[in-house]
Amino acid sequence: MSDLLWSFLLVCAALGFGLSISGLLGWVERKQSAVMQDRIGANRASIFGLRLIGLFHPIADALKTVTKEDFEPPFALQPWHRLAPTLSLAFSMAALAALPYGDTVVFADRSWSLQPLPLSAGVVFMLGMLSLGVHGVVMAGYASNSNYALLGGLRGAAQMISYEVSMVATLAAVLFVYGTLDLGAAARWQAEHGWGILYQPLGFLLFLAAGAAETKRIPFDVPEGESEIVGYFTEYSGMKFVMFMMTDFIETIVLSGLCTALFLGAWHVPGIAAIPQPWLGLAQVAVFIFKTLAMIFLLMQIRWTLPRFRFDQLLRLGWKNLLPLSLANAFVTLWAVYLLS
Amino acid sequence: MSEQRSPSPYPLPNAGEETTAGLERHPVRAVERPPFGLRERIYVVEVWLGLAITFRHLFVNLWRHTRRALGLGGPPGAVTIQYPEDPAVVARRARSRHRLLKRDDGTPRCTACMMCETICPAECIHIRAEGSPAVIVEKRAKSFEIDLGLCVFCGYCVEACPVDAIRMDTGEVTLSALSREELLWTMPELLGDEPHGPHPLWPGGESEKRPGRFVY
Repeated sequence: MSDLLWSFLLVCAALGFGLSISGLLGWVERKQSAVMQDRIGANRASIFGLRLIGLFHPIADALKTVTKEDFEPPFALQPWHRLAPTLSLAFSMAALAALPYGDTVVFADRSWSLQPLPLSAGVVFMLGMLSLGVHGVVMAGYASNSNYALLGGLRGAAQMISYEVSMVATLAAVLFVYGTLDLGAAARWQAEHGWGILYQPLGFLLFLAAGAAETKRIPFDVPEGESEIVGYFTEYSGMKFVMFMMTDFIETIVLSGLCTALFLGAWHVPGIAAIPQPWLGLAQVAVFIFKTLAMIFLLMQIRWTLPRFRFDQLLRLGWKNLLPLSLANAFVTLWAVYLLS
Repeated sequence: MSEQRSPSPYPLPNAGEETTAGLERHPVRAVERPPFGLRERIYVVEVWLGLAITFRHLFVNLWRHTRRALGLGGPPGAVTIQYPEDPAVVARRARSRHRLLKRDDGTPRCTACMMCETICPAECIHIRAEGSPAVIVEKRAKSFEIDLGLCVFCGYCVEACPVDAIRMDTGEVTLSALSREELLWTMPELLGDEPHGPHPLWPGGESEKRPGRFVY
């Protein structure tokens, strides 16, 4: 019973982490882009004259989207049109649960796992959830029953499937090194032998590129087509549109978390083992969240630095550059692991 | 508009006619396109170079924001003007609200020559002339109204004025109003003698409305 309760609490905490950070990412995106472009950024939302460097803007956004008219086009195919944003968001949130936020903690004469979903095939689960997210995109495009949305959905499907291939090949290389599919075990391996980025520097870069493409954000925002080409959520408004936006943000968090777990040592920093046992868990969670936030910061910076790829450039990069490189990386790694073992 | 405008004092070359005007001052320069080598094609290096620029801006600006927030001064971290609180900074050459100028003795410089009213493409200037008691000029403006609701801020009136009586250098650009009456500026207001307030449009009445003018 207490196991179940503990798992439930952990899942709630992971969801709370993902949702609060994704809410905050709207503020981070505005302010980070503003500061790097010599601007100030949104700072007008205030409560009793208190502006707090624009931190109330996410609340204002939420109020606005909740109270906004939820227009459903009469020609949309129901219930798929309503289902698509839910599906999109649900899969990305499910992936949050498998991240290794910390190792096991010994407290009150028993050990508590800090990973909400300690699967033995955690990486496969994460990849599955990220791949299922494509269904939301395609469903949104198809169910909108509009040519623009359909083309956006097809672009999204082509892009996400293309980059998943190289992502899987990149992850395969890392997993050859760790010899496990368990994210918790991979974290423990890194704590023992050194961070994954030391063994797979090229894999890290490739994973970053493929991961950025998975989040469907600039420079890979072809499915969305923020400014000029019209994307898969053209026919969505109000909260359903925001659910797609949140999907992108949560996918950013998930990818940053996965990157942290597989390349940046997850909850490990040198010397963390010296902390006494019950507090070690808290320190591990703090370290993991800090690293994840740092990765999000880097992804945000990339998003505000690079211009968008043209669609043919995007597919060329995916199939002709990333895929051969990641396959070569995987085969070289496999060979090296075979020779060393 | 049906009336003929006078030919431009700066004639353009006719089609097909070759001209070298300006070329001796601005010779054509061929700019070499930088070579697109391996480093550009693998993209990774260029991405990090771009990121270095944006990261530099980010951290320098954060440092400056922090210094100023702590009251240490230093250069500002952003070029933003917080507009409604801080006044808008208008360039000195920007065309803003018109003003009429006076001579040294305080009389308006305007001689009611109608050049500005004639050239005005929006037909927003409306002058009524009268005989001038001064010896040096024949006429003066009895009334001089500008309807800013029609004005397109082209500055042709300033260009056309032979006696430098009208300028657009007040720096006032917040000229919005809630009614059309508030957009009409009369001569004492343009001269700066009276504060601006709402006026009945075209105070001369129905007979003053010229044919073809937009009638409210």
